[in-house]
Amino acid sequence: MDGSSPDRLVLYGETVVSRLLLGTAQYPSPDRLARAVAAGGAEIVTVSLRREGTGGTAFWELVRASGARVLPNTAGCRSVSEAVTTAHMARELFETPWIKLEVIGDDDTLQPDVFGLVEAARILCAEGFEVFPYTTDDLGVANRLLDAGCRVLMPWAAPIGTGQGVSDPYALRSLRARLPEVVMIVDAGLGRPSHAAEVMEMGYDAVLLNTAVAKAGDPVAMARAFGLAVEAGRLAHLARAIEARDMAAPSTPVAGTPFWTDP
Amino acid sequence: MRIVLNGKAHETGALTLAALLEEMGVGENRVATAVNGRFAPRPMRAATPLSDGDAVEVVSPMEGG
Repeated sequence: MDGSSPDRLVLYGETVVSRLLLGTAQYPSPDRLARAVAAGGAEIVTVSLRREGTGGTAFWELVRASGARVLPNTAGCRSVSEAVTTAHMARELFETPWIKLEVIGDDDTLQPDVFGLVEAARILCAEGFEVFPYTTDDLGVANRLLDAGCRVLMPWAAPIGTGQGVSDPYALRSLRARLPEVVMIVDAGLGRPSHAAEVMEMGYDAVLLNTAVAKAGDPVAMARAFGLAVEAGRLAHLARAIEARDMAAPSTPVAGTPFWTDP
Repeated sequence: MRIVLNGKAHETGALTLAALLEEMGVGENRVATAVNGRFAPRPMRAATPLSDGDAVEVVSPMEGG
């Protein structure tokens, strides 16, 4: 890409330019959230559902004012039926067929229950949802999710909120290599902009972050840093990086330089 | 009648889901609902009866990751 042709990301037929998706939780203030979304250039933000009576409507009004598309999640769901019911409630409330499908299998690691995830994905895809499954980096599970009807996958880099970065680079690289045509968004576990650049350089299509921005000392500046890193990583992927090598190779042509002798 | 509303015991005279929302003072379009673990779509609320012991979820938008 030479910069003149737009590099777009298409998610279930919807086109966006930004490859940074942001979560909306844990910010120090609603104002900081709004400014972080703007600073990162995010066009898609994730949202969730809570029991009525535990807060006001200010948050939702702020998200609507941001103009970002919303990607509702099924956070906290621990069974297929909970996730399916939550997805239905989210579709009605947020007026979107998009759903970030989470079926959590373990409270400590927040590891997806991949069996429940595949089953819930099959049900929801059949019902017309456009499912963004939060999954691991397992290729077998990825294939099952595609069979279930998912057209976007969201593999983790590391467990949610850990900020560890890519815990298994081989798994993410091979997943990308085996499914070159599938839109894949790395979701969860990234802590630093360099982590985001790393997965974008691998060829992932986008990243989804929350904690790394919201809990940073300056969430607005960090959102911008992630936005730049995602863009840099994407450009680097398209530009095709050189292969690393063991031996040094002079970057300046040596033939004809002063004092040079033919070895 | 005693139901479980959003995980807590709740005494209500509402005979339908729509009546319960009215009793709660909740704007119809601002929430989504489920009864006994099953989604209750907005147009069906008036025709969704409540019985003793029903578990009702009434949810609204929240921050999420």
